[in-house]
Amino acid sequence: MPVEILKEKFTGKVQEVVLGATKEEGGTRAKTVTLGGSSTLPFMQYEGEIPNRPAIAFEVWDIKPDWHECFEPYYGDVWDDPVAWAKKVEGLGADVIYLEFKGADPELENSRSADDCAKVAKAVLEATTVPLIVQGPGHPDKDNEVLQAVGEAAAGENIALGVAEKDNYRSIAAAAMMGKHCVIGRSPVDINILKQLNIMITEMGIAPDKIINDPMSSGLGYGIEYSYSIMERTRWGALIGDKMMSFPIVILAGPEAWRAKESYAPIEEAGPGWGEQKPRGIMWEAMTAASLLQSGGDLVLMRHPEAVEMLKKHIDDLMKPNTY
Amino acid sequence: MGLTGLAIFKLLPKTNCKECGVPTCMAFAMALASGKATLDQCPYVSDEAKEALDSATAPPVKLVKAGAGDKVLEMGDEQVMFRHDKTFYHPTGVFIEVADNADVAAKVEEINGLVSERVGQTYEVDGIAIVNASGNADTFKDAVATAAGKTDKVLLLSSEDAAAMEAAAGEVADRKPILNAANADNYEKMVEIAKKISAPLVVKGKNLDDLADLVGKIDYKELILDSGERETSKVIADLTQIRRQAIKKRFRPFGYPSIAFTTEEDPLMEGLQAQAYISRYASVVVLKTTELATLLTLFSWRSNLYTDPQKPIAVQPGVYAIGDVTPDSPVYITTNFSLTFYTVQTEVESTRLPSYLIAFETEGLSVLTAWAGGKFIGEEVGPWLKDSEINEKVNHKRLIIPGGVAAIKGKIEELSGWEVIVGPREANGISAFAKLKLGA
Ligand code: B12
Ligand code: SF4
Repeated sequence: MPVEILKEKFTGKVQEVVLGATKEEGGTRAKTVTLGGSSTLPFMQYEGEIPNRPAIAFEVWDIKPDWHECFEPYYGDVWDDPVAWAKKVEGLGADVIYLEFKGADPELENSRSADDCAKVAKAVLEATTVPLIVQGPGHPDKDNEVLQAVGEAAAGENIALGVAEKDNYRSIAAAAMMGKHCVIGRSPVDINILKQLNIMITEMGIAPDKIINDPMSSGLGYGIEYSYSIMERTRWGALIGDKMMSFPIVILAGPEAWRAKESYAPIEEAGPGWGEQKPRGIMWEAMTAASLLQSGGDLVLMRHPEAVEMLKKHIDDLMKPNTY
Repeated sequence: MGLTGLAIFKLLPKTNCKECGVPTCMAFAMALASGKATLDQCPYVSDEAKEALDSATAPPVKLVKAGAGDKVLEMGDEQVMFRHDKTFYHPTGVFIEVADNADVAAKVEEINGLVSERVGQTYEVDGIAIVNASGNADTFKDAVATAAGKTDKVLLLSSEDAAAMEAAAGEVADRKPILNAANADNYEKMVEIAKKISAPLVVKGKNLDDLADLVGKIDYKELILDSGERETSKVIADLTQIRRQAIKKRFRPFGYPSIAFTTEEDPLMEGLQAQAYISRYASVVVLKTTELATLLTLFSWRSNLYTDPQKPIAVQPGVYAIGDVTPDSPVYITTNFSLTFYTVQTEVESTRLPSYLIAFETEGLSVLTAWAGGKFIGEEVGPWLKDSEINEKVNHKRLIIPGGVAAIKGKIEELSGWEVIVGPREANGISAFAKLKLGA
């Protein structure tokens, strides 16, 4: 009895967004990365196209991070120097570098100036060949200053600037528009705010192929189910033709996973049956990422090189053709 | 697709005798269609009508049970494709394989010991899959008997040799094991064995077409489906089709729970593969690894996925004593969202300083969410604290609040007469805070 495969008849698709620009396109990247483009549910290739596999971004900070000691062997030699660090993660297989200007937080002593941020971003671009995302310190006024300066310094490179939130999107979106960059719109695990913010950003005149959404993923065990469902609903919205829900989504797997005690607690402080910290930490991050890929992530922000290696293999497997 | 009221009406006696409790057969038909009545309320339906109606009103995915005693695993009976549409009801059963020619007793004991705890939940492996790796019927039978003696977890017997299966199943007839698997060659005999002990039977096809064919030939309803596919991307496609055909089309051959088997050799990669199967509707997933990191993350994911999206898991609001408290013990406050509560509780415990922890009623919302929603604010906490039983339990009035809501300090102080100490933002700062500020 031949089974008639039941396909959803979708009319929409996830917006394609290109990050980076090659020499011909006015930038200096060796190649660009395209996010989104799917016209089907995650990995269900039999009912639509998945032209681009989920891409991997690595975190790079402009100051030495307060990360767990298990990262020391990987980044200890470079985390005083964002440029060297960026180079290193490119070598570790980053499709995209996600540079966070934590050091520009005005509450810090010796807070990094916006001009200095621009210099660092420029140096990172010179030292690497993959596309760049830049995030401000998370302080409204300083974010504006930093992103504006970085946007100018990186003109032509088609980087992404983040993050624009409902109360603070105008100047960041404007900085992106000025330098012909992309913008990341962040909404607090809320589908209505996500849509509203996209409408507002679009109304400012930003082209749809310049918008990425960060729906604020939560980590495994700590609210991930909310993120998962918000993302599933967003993807569904995109597929049935709602353009304001169709932007590619970035998942913050690395930073969220490593906030959980389950990832970093040494065995003496771990809960019953948790096992050794090393595989547990890697697994907590990889599992956070993989679970959210099933609900529609297009770009994954990662931290641990071994979790990345696993995730890449897993994506290879998920991307093998499954058309009937 | 359920039947419409009109279609049901055609099958009823049309006598309007009212014994079902509504005035007419038509009204009863409407009530049935909307799920407000059940067929047994009408004493006069014909057997033929009953069968037609039963199958039309049956759940899209049949509920199938395995195991005995207090270790019964319920599979299937799901209603939706997406958890945000309603909820997922029956969490995927996680099984671990044991080869019949390995040291079965030792391996089963190891699996029994795989218990982890986090945020107030205990995670355990649901079942043990004994695989007839030896190809020998006696070895298989002995292995099954040994395993049964060592564990009360659900058993899954894996052999496509019907004679071996019959002998082994006889050893554990009262345990309702899952029998794996019936295929095109052995199904008649396998069905007979399963029927004899009313055990659920896995039906394994070569692909979806073959699976539907095979199910069509089987006159037994305690089934679990395996499309036979083993490549990750194809398995998730098949699992999705099985679920979708059952729910959206009421395609009967696929109206049963499903099972998936991992193939990855690396224990951590195996965890990611199993995650994809859990996410894509598998009712049972069978793994090989006993790696704790894999199991802890997998169980956490399963628990998250199967949480009812409409109601967060909450703990009973109230005052909790941690350790041997005295009237001098410090008092912390948090919300009654179980995730928040257990995270904080663990950290307060680890200070080794006996303390009180208040779970404030926020309808199961986290600290910041409840604060933003107006449920964890001075106007709520203050008056409550003023009259709380905690006033009789301690001889001081000092309350430690989460750093994330430092802004509510003033209002609480004003409305309760207590002094408020702002604690760290994250629960993992509590140890250091207690050492520094409370002399722990
Ligand atoms: C999941 C979520 C939701 C879920 C609710 C889940 C739940 N059961 O609470 C839903 C979708 C329903 C929701 C709704 C809303 N949310 Co909400 N939500 C989140 C999210 C993503 C995670 C919350 C969570 O589970 N955290 C995990 C728990 C364990 O954290 P916690 O309770 O704060 O506990 C930690 C600390 O506070 C500390 N701690 C806790 N207790 C104690 C006690 C002591 C003594 C100490 C020392 C420490 C301590 O330890 C814990 C671990 O470190 C956060 C963003 C984020 N990533 O944090 C936003 C967030 C909390 N939400 C926010 C908002 C604004 C809302 C809404 C008002 C609007 C909206 N849609 O976003 C509504 C309000 C709902 C209502 N009905 O009133 C904002 C709050 C902003 C603010 N600071 O005011 C946040 C921060 C998102 C943001 N950045 O905008 N939300
Ligand atoms: S009991 Fe049956 S026959 Fe009588 S009114 Fe109800 S539906 Fe009709």
